[in-house]
Amino acid sequence: MEFITENLQILFTGLGLGSIYALVALGFVLIIRATNVVNFAQGDFAMLGGYAMVLFFTGLGWPYWIAFIGALLAMAVFGVLFNYGVYYPLRHRSFLPVLISTLGASIFLQNTVLYVAGPQPKPLDKLLNFDGITLGGVFLDSQYIVILVATVALVFFTFLFFEKTLLGKKLQATSQDKDMARLLGIPVALMIAITFIYSAVLGGIAGVLVGPILFVSIGMGSIIALKAFAATIIGGFGDVKGAIVGGLLLGVIESLAAQHISVPYKDAYAFLALFLFLLFRPQGIFGEKVSEKA
Amino acid sequence: MQNRISLPALIVLAIIAIALPLIPYQLHVSTYVVQMFMQAVTYAIAVLGMVVVLGYTGQINLAQAAFFGLGAYGVALGTVGGGINFWISLMLGVGAATVAGLALGLTTLRLGGHYLAMITISFQQIFDLILVNWVEFTRGPDGIAGIGRPSLFGWELADDKAYLVLCTAVLYALVFAVWYLPSTRLGRAMRSVRENELAAEVVGVHTLRTKVIAFALSALLGAIGGALYAGGFAYISPDNFNFARSIEFLTATLLGGAQSPFGGVIGTVLIVQLPEWLKHLPESLRFIKDVYLAVYGIGVILIMVFLYEGIWGLVKNLRAKYFTTPQITTDTRGVQPLVLDVQGDGSRPLLRLENLQKHFGGLKAVDGIDIDVQRGTVHALIGPNGSGKTTSLNVVSGIYRPTGGKVVLDGEDVSMLKPHQRAGRGVGRTFQNIRLFASLSALENVMVGAQRDNNPIPKGDKALRDRAMSALQFVGMADRAHVIVRNLPYGHQRLVEIARVLAGHPKLLLLDEPAAGLNQTEKMEFVELLKRLRGHGLTIFLIDHDMGLVEKVSDRITVLNFGRKIAEGAPAEVLRNPDVIAAYLGTAGEANAAA
Repeated sequence: MEFITENLQILFTGLGLGSIYALVALGFVLIIRATNVVNFAQGDFAMLGGYAMVLFFTGLGWPYWIAFIGALLAMAVFGVLFNYGVYYPLRHRSFLPVLISTLGASIFLQNTVLYVAGPQPKPLDKLLNFDGITLGGVFLDSQYIVILVATVALVFFTFLFFEKTLLGKKLQATSQDKDMARLLGIPVALMIAITFIYSAVLGGIAGVLVGPILFVSIGMGSIIALKAFAATIIGGFGDVKGAIVGGLLLGVIESLAAQHISVPYKDAYAFLALFLFLLFRPQGIFGEKVSEKA
Repeated sequence: MQNRISLPALIVLAIIAIALPLIPYQLHVSTYVVQMFMQAVTYAIAVLGMVVVLGYTGQINLAQAAFFGLGAYGVALGTVGGGINFWISLMLGVGAATVAGLALGLTTLRLGGHYLAMITISFQQIFDLILVNWVEFTRGPDGIAGIGRPSLFGWELADDKAYLVLCTAVLYALVFAVWYLPSTRLGRAMRSVRENELAAEVVGVHTLRTKVIAFALSALLGAIGGALYAGGFAYISPDNFNFARSIEFLTATLLGGAQSPFGGVIGTVLIVQLPEWLKHLPESLRFIKDVYLAVYGIGVILIMVFLYEGIWGLVKNLRAKYFTTPQITTDTRGVQPLVLDVQGDGSRPLLRLENLQKHFGGLKAVDGIDIDVQRGTVHALIGPNGSGKTTSLNVVSGIYRPTGGKVVLDGEDVSMLKPHQRAGRGVGRTFQNIRLFASLSALENVMVGAQRDNNPIPKGDKALRDRAMSALQFVGMADRAHVIVRNLPYGHQRLVEIARVLAGHPKLLLLDEPAAGLNQTEKMEFVELLKRLRGHGLTIFLIDHDMGLVEKVSDRITVLNFGRKIAEGAPAEVLRNPDVIAAYLGTAGEANAAA
């Protein structure tokens, strides 16, 4: 019985962490689909969101919700800057220069924030005022509950946005065939800018949500991003459903392995899982094998 | 020519090269300066690895610091922990790094760029975790002190300056090797992969092997740098080999210019020097010193946007623009006429497609076709858009594996072979949208075609070059051999692409809409070229939309519609077949209904 409770507890924690990976992975996938490039600064979007929250809430003392909305607005503005500073000048080039450029952005962001905010991780208050509830011997931390609920809501919202709105359909058209979209009068550059904004806001939300658990720190982004990217590969490269399932799966694998194998190597399990997938199922859970067309 | 350096430039380079290590050796300089030289020299060796993998082969490596670390820990653990001789420790470290590079490459390189970026970062992170956490073996975060220095032929290198001279000598030897690499068979293969991986594979380059070798070489060079670094500083700790260091190597490579070892060295020197220079900034700008990694970050973006080929590329381009007249025409005296080996068993078809199928999900792009292409004939495959022509050609050249049925080449079932293996058996093809190696010269493009497996020509670079010149001569491009193909007009690029195939002695030539985009004159010249090829007895299987051209050159035509064969025969009879006309123009009934 105790064994079951313990593992349920871990499963719950794993799903919470996995939700964060899933949110960042979702941001990854949206940008991959729009630009065919992996954004290596995706995790730093979460880091920036976290720091924006720390600044507005802890630093300036704004009410929680105002600070939260402020942080998201800041991320939206940042998404625009990122699009025009990092991606747009290289939009006609092959994937390698763009990839390297986003890597440069990541280094820049981390070190700038390090200089401004200092190396000390910042605590952040939980959204809800109670610690959590105990259900059948399993303690459900309130922040993890918030994360799970928020992830479900965001995934649902993203689905509705892309499938049911005209703007969402235009975004999809852009990601599938830029030339055709352009011919149909869709402003492609704007659509890509919107994708970056959406992706930055998603990342920011992930950062704000995970802040109370992991602390807001310079390195939080890159480690989340690596796992989120692993999640996109495990789920199926460029597949929205895959990103979410992959993220949750990784969170659970990681928590179980940390509990039952060894804690110091906690961060290595995700990569181990990734290696195994690359060896035995490189197209991921939902991916199809695709080859370049001649 | 990529590798020609003028004599004065060579002399200047030589003088600088010899003088540099002598500065600390002769002059009375502080240990600090010697150490900075040591850092620059050992980093530069690691950056040479980045030049090979990123600059030449176009593959990203974000774990160079880990390979650097493997070399360093090899020497440290060997000399301090194991009491083993320096050189043996070095070889152990370098060997471990090379094996790790091979293993990483073999698992991920077939998947391409993004995966490689991800996997190398993961490897770097795991390496970090092991260095810090596996205390019994690596001694953890405290690092290892008291690392030994070697002796060489009885000459003790305990002195800093003497050791630095050794490291510099190693660097020079490796710069030379890396500089020479692009003009070798392997180097050309690497560059063809960078320029156009699909085309490289189809003309016979074993692309996976080439990428894995490039990756392993990069790891090897990284580890040599790391091993010498460990000896130089006598103390190492995990901080020296983290992700930030990998980024530093990457930045140095991009800044200097990834496509040249000289660029790599220049970039390294600048990166090592940068923090020093920042110390001399005025007080108000002193803060930049604390954020120099942020400066790297911005620098990387700016290089990507404005200086993609780095400093060395900029210098090269400026020199080309102002100081040298580009060599436009090539001396074509002594070029041998092209010989095409078309011997074979005439009793069976050269190419047989048996119930060939290719499905994409539910779409049956090719739905069970049988075609025999007879030896020595020109066989055309026509049909409306979406009828499965290009898909069929992709299945024949190996880009797609068939869903069902067989591709039989000269009696051998090649259905499951990779494109480069088929090229090695004499299948050559061109692409509808020309796929050349854009930044290579016409000659180099064609040499890549000539270096396919089993090409019946003598060994060595001279034979490849002769063969390539003959092929260029055949298509009338020999005098433009040294022009970078990117600068050639469209029609000429088509011809170079055909020469690239011919240089490989194809048994079967596949042409995918070869006349697309040519003007009338070019088309007529092209028809002449095809007739000459047929006159040499070459078997050609082609797709084109231009019925005039198809009718002029073909011995036999197969017509596809919706993935099935609807007609086959001599041109005159096929082009008058009512089913064919209906497929192209719609039937009278449909036309009426539409009206």
